[in-house]
Amino acid sequence: MANLTVEAIELTRLYGGRAAVSDVTFSLQQGQVLGFLGPNGAGKSTTMKMLTGNLAPSAGSVKICGIDMIEQPKEAKALIGYLPEMRPLYKEFTVDEYLTIAARLHNVSGKHIKKAVEHAKERCGLTHMSKRLIENLSNGYQQRVGIAQAIIHNPMVVILDEPTVGLDPIQIRDIRALIKEIGQAHSVIVSTHILPEVEMVCDHVQIIDKGKLVFNGGIDVLKKQRIGNKLLVGLRQAPQAAQLMAIAGVAEVEPADGLWRIRFEEGAQPHEAIVQAAVQHGWGLYHIAPDQTSLEDVFVQLTYHETANADEAKAA
Amino acid sequence: MLNIARKELKSMFASPMGWIILALLTFSFGTYYLNGVNNYFEVMSGSIRPAERIGVTQFVGQTVYGLASFIMLFAVPLLSMRLISEERRSQTLPFLFSAPLSISEIVVGKFLGLVVFLSILVVYIAVMLTTLNIWADIDFGYIFANSLGLLLLVSSFAALGLYFSSLTAQPIIAGILSFIALFVLMILDRFFAGDPTSTMLKFSLMRHFQSFAGGLMDTADLAYFGLFILTFITLTIRRLDADRLRG
Repeated sequence: MANLTVEAIELTRLYGGRAAVSDVTFSLQQGQVLGFLGPNGAGKSTTMKMLTGNLAPSAGSVKICGIDMIEQPKEAKALIGYLPEMRPLYKEFTVDEYLTIAARLHNVSGKHIKKAVEHAKERCGLTHMSKRLIENLSNGYQQRVGIAQAIIHNPMVVILDEPTVGLDPIQIRDIRALIKEIGQAHSVIVSTHILPEVEMVCDHVQIIDKGKLVFNGGIDVLKKQRIGNKLLVGLRQAPQAAQLMAIAGVAEVEPADGLWRIRFEEGAQPHEAIVQAAVQHGWGLYHIAPDQTSLEDVFVQLTYHETANADEAKAA
Repeated sequence: MLNIARKELKSMFASPMGWIILALLTFSFGTYYLNGVNNYFEVMSGSIRPAERIGVTQFVGQTVYGLASFIMLFAVPLLSMRLISEERRSQTLPFLFSAPLSISEIVVGKFLGLVVFLSILVVYIAVMLTTLNIWADIDFGYIFANSLGLLLLVSSFAALGLYFSSLTAQPIIAGILSFIALFVLMILDRFFAGDPTSTMLKFSLMRHFQSFAGGLMDTADLAYFGLFILTFITLTIRRLDADRLRG
């Protein structure tokens, strides 16, 4: 495929014999937003450091738009915008000065620097902060400067390591919109452990655990898992669990903090049946809502899913 | 590379540190210059034999350049200590590493930034001494040799300071370490003064500066300073490269 922007091939990174990342292979096309999920210490940041050439992989290779990061680091780095986990800000400079330096370092030609700085500020909502020292900016604004720095040279691939940390809800919304906008023309890799964020901005998801890629697929798969197959039902006159189980399509019932968590069978939609049963028997239904699973649950489900699939594959 | 140098210069002037050091040094050089000029007449009127009579350039130059080489021993570590350790501490190195620059360019850029800053002082001293020309015929060759010697000396200081700065994330530790290392290198010739054939003498920075101070440009000294700078810049590049390789 011609428009592959990022290719990671069997990336492995050893720290004193312990593999922080092992055998991670994936690719990204132009116009995709990839969400990178994983618990702490899973190797998200390590992978990102390797993608951006900040860390040399122990084995494997990275290609940015077909350019090898190890053989031609300068050319490859020119195509990347990177915001590390710790914001790399020179606090003694003003926003304008800092962004000008960033533009210059990324080979933005002299006459375009001013325009690039203005454009980046506009996109990150920083126009009224131009003359402020970065040191004096609030956490959220500093984060915006960090993002502005990553997109100033209009790179093909933007890599953001936990971009929404420390932002208020409005800013988070703005940044998500920004990520989506960048994602239309270029490729974006976002690492996070906030699941709704992934759902909102990404169209591809990867889950990494203990240095291994455990899930790699479209966002719809994840959405299905998350909206899931569970209902949280509140009943005033609670019946026996067996009575709930009797409703067609219900696979499992368990009490949860005064409510009932009802899991369906695959593909079944017993919502109506549950409501009807409640009305018929006078259970006093006062709450019915889909049970949103937490990231941990989805994570466990997905990893479990993968191992199950692998077992099946082995069996076949 | 030049962009990095520019950035370094800018950040030196962005904080009061750069201005204060510049002001203090200018003040002390100025004072010594003035003293030198005042003393000249006193001393010269006292010396009757022709051998004791030296030119005004040499007399004042000796005072000012002697002080400069000594003061730079304190000033350069103060300035160089931040170069890389500060970046380590505030975690800004990824910013430079992910820009399309090689590590050598980053290191040489930083070195150049500092050298440009220091050469402001070197040029300043040279201009100050040139003002003597208004009243007397001065020896420009002497000033040129001294300026070149001082520039090479402070560049060597800067290269060593840069290396120590790359070793640690604490600017103060980097500063103290490079000061100690420079001090030892400076006074090496005093330690081994008893044995003029000792090879250790060849490593003394001061000894190599001395020939410049006398107005003598020796290729051996030029080579010594060149190699000294090259060695420490290479070591710094290797140290930063190790960061990338070992993490």
